[in-house]
Amino acid sequence: MSNLHVTTAKRTASRKAIDIVNAGLARRYRAEKRFRLYGIAAIVASLVFLSILFISIFAKGYPAFQQTYLKLDVFFDPEILARNSLTTADYPGLVKQSLRRMFPEVQGRRDKRMLYRMVSSGAAFQLRNMVLDNPDVIGQTIALWVPADDDVDMFSKGHIQRDVPESERRIKDKQLAWLDRLSLEERIEKRFNRVLFTAGDSREPELAGIWGAVMGSFYTLVVTLLLSFPIGIAAAVYLEEFAPKNKWTDLIEVNINNLAAVPSIVFGLLGLAVFLNFFGLPRSAPLVGGLVLTLMTLPTIIIASRASLQAVPPSIREAALGIGASQMQMVAHHVLPLAMPGILTGTIIGMARALGESAPLLMIGMVAFIVDIPGGFTDPSTVLPVQIFLWADSPERAFVERTSAATMVLLAFLIIMNATAVYLRKRFERRW
Amino acid sequence: MITPSITFMVLIMLSFGAFWIGRRRAFAVAGNRAGLIAMHSRPVYYGLLTALWCAVPALLIFSAWTIFEGAIITQLVVNDLPDEIRSLPPDRLNLVVNDIKNLVSGNVVATKIDQNMQAAADHYRHLRALSNMALAVVVLAAGMAATLVLRQRISGHLRARNQVERIIKWILIACSTLAIFTTIGIVLSVLFEAIRFFQVIPVTDFIFGLEWSPQMAIREDQVGSSGAFGAIPVFAGTLMISAIAMFVAVPIGLMSAIYLSEYANRRFRAVAKPLMEILAGIPTVVYGFFAALIVAPVIRDAGIGIGLDVSSESALAAGLVMGVMIIPFVSSLSDDVINAVPQALRDGSYGLGATQSETIRQVVLPAALPGIVGGVLLAISRAIGETMIVVMAAGLAANLTANPLKTVTTVTVQIVTLLVGDQEFDSPKTLAAFALGLVLFIATLILNVIALQVVRKYREQYE
Repeated sequence: MSNLHVTTAKRTASRKAIDIVNAGLARRYRAEKRFRLYGIAAIVASLVFLSILFISIFAKGYPAFQQTYLKLDVFFDPEILARNSLTTADYPGLVKQSLRRMFPEVQGRRDKRMLYRMVSSGAAFQLRNMVLDNPDVIGQTIALWVPADDDVDMFSKGHIQRDVPESERRIKDKQLAWLDRLSLEERIEKRFNRVLFTAGDSREPELAGIWGAVMGSFYTLVVTLLLSFPIGIAAAVYLEEFAPKNKWTDLIEVNINNLAAVPSIVFGLLGLAVFLNFFGLPRSAPLVGGLVLTLMTLPTIIIASRASLQAVPPSIREAALGIGASQMQMVAHHVLPLAMPGILTGTIIGMARALGESAPLLMIGMVAFIVDIPGGFTDPSTVLPVQIFLWADSPERAFVERTSAATMVLLAFLIIMNATAVYLRKRFERRW
Repeated sequence: MITPSITFMVLIMLSFGAFWIGRRRAFAVAGNRAGLIAMHSRPVYYGLLTALWCAVPALLIFSAWTIFEGAIITQLVVNDLPDEIRSLPPDRLNLVVNDIKNLVSGNVVATKIDQNMQAAADHYRHLRALSNMALAVVVLAAGMAATLVLRQRISGHLRARNQVERIIKWILIACSTLAIFTTIGIVLSVLFEAIRFFQVIPVTDFIFGLEWSPQMAIREDQVGSSGAFGAIPVFAGTLMISAIAMFVAVPIGLMSAIYLSEYANRRFRAVAKPLMEILAGIPTVVYGFFAALIVAPVIRDAGIGIGLDVSSESALAAGLVMGVMIIPFVSSLSDDVINAVPQALRDGSYGLGATQSETIRQVVLPAALPGIVGGVLLAISRAIGETMIVVMAAGLAANLTANPLKTVTTVTVQIVTLLVGDQEFDSPKTLAAFALGLVLFIATLILNVIALQVVRKYREQYE
């Protein structure tokens, strides 16, 4: 009887417990769902941001791959060209002359200046190169496509609206009329912007290109790769395979881990104080940039190489030592080749970081305005990310789209490098 | 014209030749197969040893020469300058030397070229050609001499392999100590200039001063501010932007790490994780451009829309974008530590009837907390040291304000603006950049050391 009583009491008690649980269950499941939703929301938020970034840069940048050209009938007037030597002749005068012939009704200094402003100053250089290449053109009249000024370019790409009051518009009403006439005569055309990929920097957006910066980046990365790859491997091999466990190797390890997290601009200060002021190396040179970036990427490469050396199983080392290889032979002939894919992956990722890095290079003067294409490791030059930084500061509307285009090129390089790293990892990854 | 790079190339080719000479010599000494077996090392090691003998001393001479060449030649040229130029104060003399160097490299010189300068430039050019020639002779002679000496010593008793391995091991050690030298270099270069700065501006004024305006009058009579180097507004701005970045990065990064490691199935993980890592691979200059061009105007327009006065270089825009940049950093570090929490803890919690989110919140996260804290500390150190985003999207004006819609400036922005462009190198303005660099280095160093310690301790706990 009492036994029964106890079980019922227990049953009521347990029913109460399950009731409590059941009562809270709906709330708890809702909390569960909410929590899960937060997680998805977090991921979606970062992916949305990623796509906004890519889409906005692409949308701003793709028009820069085209440039507006105007067709002029240029008369290579022997009279004008004879006044000076062919290299210093008045080529802008030729351009102005042909513009005057096309629009004979334009009178007055201000109007004429407005007319001349529609053609880029690069047209004169184009004529000069033509004459120097082939002096036979003197005396002929040739129909030529010359680059338009950046304002005309912006107008033909629809960034300058007609309905804006004239005082706030960079293209004036008269210029609009001339442009309309040009387009009626099919003398205005958008073409692939070759200048963007072949020229150095310029103050004129229509003449500015990224090739100088690309070459600067190339030389800088060559220096970085040549130094950081062998040094990184050597350091990793020593620390992983030879180093005794003592205070010194601990110190080295702490240092490497710390350097990996030191802000990149501090490496720039180091480069400024040591390489430029102490050793007197040239400013703005890819050589110095490469040295600074080497110091910056070394920790990354060392850490990746060590991880990949660690992944080689000890049995391989023991087998090599067992048949009489020395420790050095064991490492050079067996361990290192097996770890190489991982090391290469780490190196490529390090190089990608170095390619996108700009802060330390600002410190060593690679922000200069450099028109010439660098031809060596000590020529003053800039790099692609710094070029983006420089252009982003320029007020001209046309530079905004060129900045975006340069960004697209930089991102394309980075994507290629990272994809290669991923491919290498997938292709050669070995699980032991 | 013999340039150092040609000398270097020739030296490298020479050591390839030395390898071949040494190897052939070993074969010649051995004579036949039995002789080869009797030799101490295989022929390739005799070749390697010869190549190392050829290259290593010559390379040491080469690098020492190129390091000291510039200073010595400059000194020689200065000694030959007329007395009235030599007696100029050091900074003026430096300008003259710079002009001479520019003249030598064919750059445009600002001042007009006089006879003395032209003569000095010619002298400089002559000395440099002479030095290059001498370098080539000395380096190549050293390489060849060492090769010949070793060639004579090759015999069956020469322990070539051991010697090669010893040399290589020393090279490996030298490479791995580079990290220490880099740290020492950073500390010395920053500290040295910072001390010079603190000789002019007292440390207390720098650390506790409330006003930052580094523009200084260069000449005594010039009208302009006298320069104020109180760094509190700069530090405050750095902290505010970093805090905004953390408000974005920590919740989003942590939640996505939790979702990816606890909820997501394999396929979702395989797609979402690399996509998020793209965010980490985008160069900071691109983020900066994006912040200045798109985010800042959007925030300003939105602020004006609801009647707020938003600066076009607001701390909010820079902080938001920086936060996005740091998301993958937080997320991958948290992912690691969450995965390191033993499954047994989760199973125990499920066994007690907890739902998955309760398990995560009450078991997994507390267990992973030290690791997550370490990751967040590392993220803060990245935010403090981040440069390009703030240079492009944050302002220059050092306002001491708690309003994220106002313009603030950061340590890194100030370093960049103080050092980019032409300044004399010993003005307090330039040196201030190094003092800020010192503060930045120390702050990030402390954060990193604490974070690495915390993470390491935590890892050991569950291993």
